[in-house]
Amino acid sequence: MSPSNSSVPLVSLRDVRFAFGEREVLRGIDLTVHRGQVVAIMGGSGCGKTTLLRLIGGQIHAAAGRVEVEGRDVGALGRNALYELRRRMGMLFQFGALFTDMTVFDNVAFPLREHTELPAGLIRDLVLMKLQAVGLRGAAALMPSELSGGMARRVALARAVALDPMLVLYDEPFAGLDPISLGIVGQLIRRLNDALGASTVMVTHDVHESLHIVDYVYFVSEGRIVAQGTPDEIRASQDPFVHQFVNAEADGPVPFHYPAPPMSSLLTRSVLTRGAR
Amino acid sequence: MNWLADRLRRIGAMTVDGVWRVGFAARFFLMVLVYSGQSFRRLHLTIREIYFSGVQSLLIILVSGLFVGLVLGLQGYETLQRYGSSDALGVLVALSLTRELGPVVAGLLFASRAGSAVTAEIGLMKTTEQLKAMDMMAVNPIARVVAPRFWGGVLSMPLLAAMFSAMGIFGGWLIGVVFIGVDDGAFWSQMQAAVDWRYDILNGVIKSIVFGIAVSLIAVFEGYDCQPTAEGVSRAITRTVVSSALAILALDFVLTSFMFRG
Repeated sequence: MSPSNSSVPLVSLRDVRFAFGEREVLRGIDLTVHRGQVVAIMGGSGCGKTTLLRLIGGQIHAAAGRVEVEGRDVGALGRNALYELRRRMGMLFQFGALFTDMTVFDNVAFPLREHTELPAGLIRDLVLMKLQAVGLRGAAALMPSELSGGMARRVALARAVALDPMLVLYDEPFAGLDPISLGIVGQLIRRLNDALGASTVMVTHDVHESLHIVDYVYFVSEGRIVAQGTPDEIRASQDPFVHQFVNAEADGPVPFHYPAPPMSSLLTRSVLTRGAR
Repeated sequence: MNWLADRLRRIGAMTVDGVWRVGFAARFFLMVLVYSGQSFRRLHLTIREIYFSGVQSLLIILVSGLFVGLVLGLQGYETLQRYGSSDALGVLVALSLTRELGPVVAGLLFASRAGSAVTAEIGLMKTTEQLKAMDMMAVNPIARVVAPRFWGGVLSMPLLAAMFSAMGIFGGWLIGVVFIGVDDGAFWSQMQAAVDWRYDILNGVIKSIVFGIAVSLIAVFEGYDCQPTAEGVSRAITRTVVSSALAILALDFVLTSFMFRG
């Protein structure tokens, strides 16, 4: 029997390391997602958040450590086993990744048609229900190019949950959204998670919206977990990194400047001429 | 010295890179074949691609075939009548088209019309993460996206080449018989007597099948392998057209040297 009792966490990462060539992106990540939880992974751009999501989805494999979903080592799964696992996962890509040659309806119907033998009438009902849940039933006949960014994100959300997954992964669900869409998407993430009885892992750098809807937060910086806790703990945290992040301060543990030689050295003649050459 | 080492290093890197790509393309081709069964089971996907690659290329193929036939008729007549054998115009037009021009020119047109479109489509799907999204939905993009487009091209190409040849022969007839006044009966009967089913037509069809496989494979591979940026897609399209043209011409030489040694 598969280990589906609630004591086993749905997702667990143990001392996970990953590098793109020479560049080390993750340097020993420990992270746990329990069933029913909405967990946010936060950090600045380029800190390795999306890499974490891709590891959980099995798109890339950890160089060291273990990534487990439902107690199974994702990195060790063959293609068929991985696909079997992914059928119970939904993923929302940063820009939706809707199929541009299909209508909104067909996009949401895609996973149902690929993975089930359901009759067309039932698929139609299911798709319209999912679209109703994200408030876009009226947009079923539109093409993705006719949607705004927020609408496209919601359609992608409906598609990600079309098969009622046990785990939904979100890559920057709030990026580039106006405040209203942002609130809508945030609420949808929480509501869909609770209605489906799923678990959610969301990678984001939108602190305020996320703290409203999540159960637990991990802060990642330079490939390590630097802070974690419930939203209340995070708000009360005195940790300088968390403080900088939550209050959006320009400088702090995360430097404003990209590493560079000191400005004074640049003003000496030799460096300037070298630069000019 | 440094400059020389740099050059050598770059040449080495390019060579290694090239070998890697060929190896990757070969593995990719195998994968396409392995997953073809899955896509054939859902035939409507391949039929849709035959429509996009084949049916939508018909106009350019037919018009080009007509013009090539017209030119063949004019040039052929001009040369043949010097030797008093203008009755053989039908033979010349038919043999040129079925053996060489049909498969080759139709292949070149097919590469620039349909091959480039396939590369652009797959490349853009990659750039906008649609292929990744499909993979995350446990749908294999090679089975769902690549294989139908590959087979759509492979099945369309021989048909298009045949249409091209037929249209070209019509063009040759139009110029030779209708406008210049070559004898109608001689035109067709000499053609019928001289063109052999197996030696000329079947070999031409084999050529067009080989070109179809080459162009379709290059098109889907370049799209699938492109850098996921706007520049990467545009480069992939260019590479599709250039590599397809070179592949068609080189393969044509190889095939001709095996098929028509006399």
